Amino acid sequence: MTTTIVSILLAGLLTENMVLSKFLGICPFLGTSKKFDTAFSMSLAVTAVMVIATAVTYPLYAFVLLPLNLAYLQTIVFILVIAALVQFLETVLKKYAKPIYESLGIYLPLITTNCAVLGITLLNFTKGYNFFESIINALSAGLGFMLALVIFAGIRQKVDESDIPEGLKGLPITLIAASIVSLSFLGFAGIGG
Amino acid sequence: MKKHFSYLTNGIIKENPVLRLVLGTCPTLAVTTAAVNGIGMGVAATLVLLGSNIAISALRKFIPDKVRIPAYITIIAGFVTIVQMLVKAFLPTIDASLGIFLPLIVVNCIILGRAEMFASKNSILPSVLDAIGMGIGFTATLTLMGSIRELIGAGTLFGFPITQQFISPMVIMLLPPGGFFVFGILVALSNKLATKAGKEPVKNLGCSSCPMASSCANKKEAE
Repeated sequence: MTTTIVSILLAGLLTENMVLSKFLGICPFLGTSKKFDTAFSMSLAVTAVMVIATAVTYPLYAFVLLPLNLAYLQTIVFILVIAALVQFLETVLKKYAKPIYESLGIYLPLITTNCAVLGITLLNFTKGYNFFESIINALSAGLGFMLALVIFAGIRQKVDESDIPEGLKGLPITLIAASIVSLSFLGFAGIGG
Repeated sequence: MKKHFSYLTNGIIKENPVLRLVLGTCPTLAVTTAAVNGIGMGVAATLVLLGSNIAISALRKFIPDKVRIPAYITIIAGFVTIVQMLVKAFLPTIDASLGIFLPLIVVNCIILGRAEMFASKNSILPSVLDAIGMGIGFTATLTLMGSIRELIGAGTLFGFPITQQFISPMVIMLLPPGGFFVFGILVALSNKLATKAGKEPVKNLGCSSCPMASSCANKKEAE
């Protein structure tokens, strides 16, 4: 049991990092990693939504869709659940937790179309995880997302100050820097296997 | 007539969804390990885009403005499910190589972006042409990127050996770092060509082409 948890955690953080090896959530990765603060808030919001979305979609699929032979509705049902959940979280935070809403609120609508969230809810089933493992998987994927964003935000601040050839300025150099970060994450391959 | 033709060509070069609008980066990076996968992903997304553009354009006067994004997502998810079932039934090898990125077409920003920016404002015929143009642009870019990665990374092109015998393949191109690298170089090249043609180069993954921009831009102003 403990080994499973540790290996799921390590996979989510390092070897199967959401952004750098699975290519999920590239838009927020490139879009919100300019500053450390935004990167941290965004990934915190994504982690929270991922865990809650998994907690809702897992029983829905296992106890409603599968017994009724409606497994093919998975995509439609999951995206609707995520959209409703994000809306719900936004409303609740706005009413009861003003400070959190003010720091995370603007990222919430963007999370509906973040493929990392829908991706993780679907991956839980392709990997055959049980409910508990799915929650751990969502948590570790979210933390892996955070790790990638926070590391990359630091690198981008350095890149912005350096002298870059005119043609590579902006998005191209960002992508090449991401390539090098992802190369370094390849070095973790095999850990926790 | 000329106007209609420009709807069609718009997505291929001038507003290429991947290289000029920088949308749909996740599938672009993930599935382009072989040229065939690029075509498969491109065609699947084009079919969804065509269906959703037609449906959204036809329903544009009935969808209330406030719930339009959830409505669009539901329509798109419906078409994605249809395409997913067709691919599973007739092209199981493509289904295996696209994996989770097939259902993830639902959250592909290109499709929601075209719904929000084009189909919801135009009648059916222009929306169809726009979908075809954008689809061709997406497919062509993905196939190009897939070809480059396959050629350098495996020495083959569409599965046929090209340079395999005399240059040892650089497998790194098929791994995630190669994806980021090739995409970075392609954006740099397209920026170069755009500057020559007197267009603005793409500097950032801007909010301007993001389909969710309207929902978060208001909040940024309010802060």
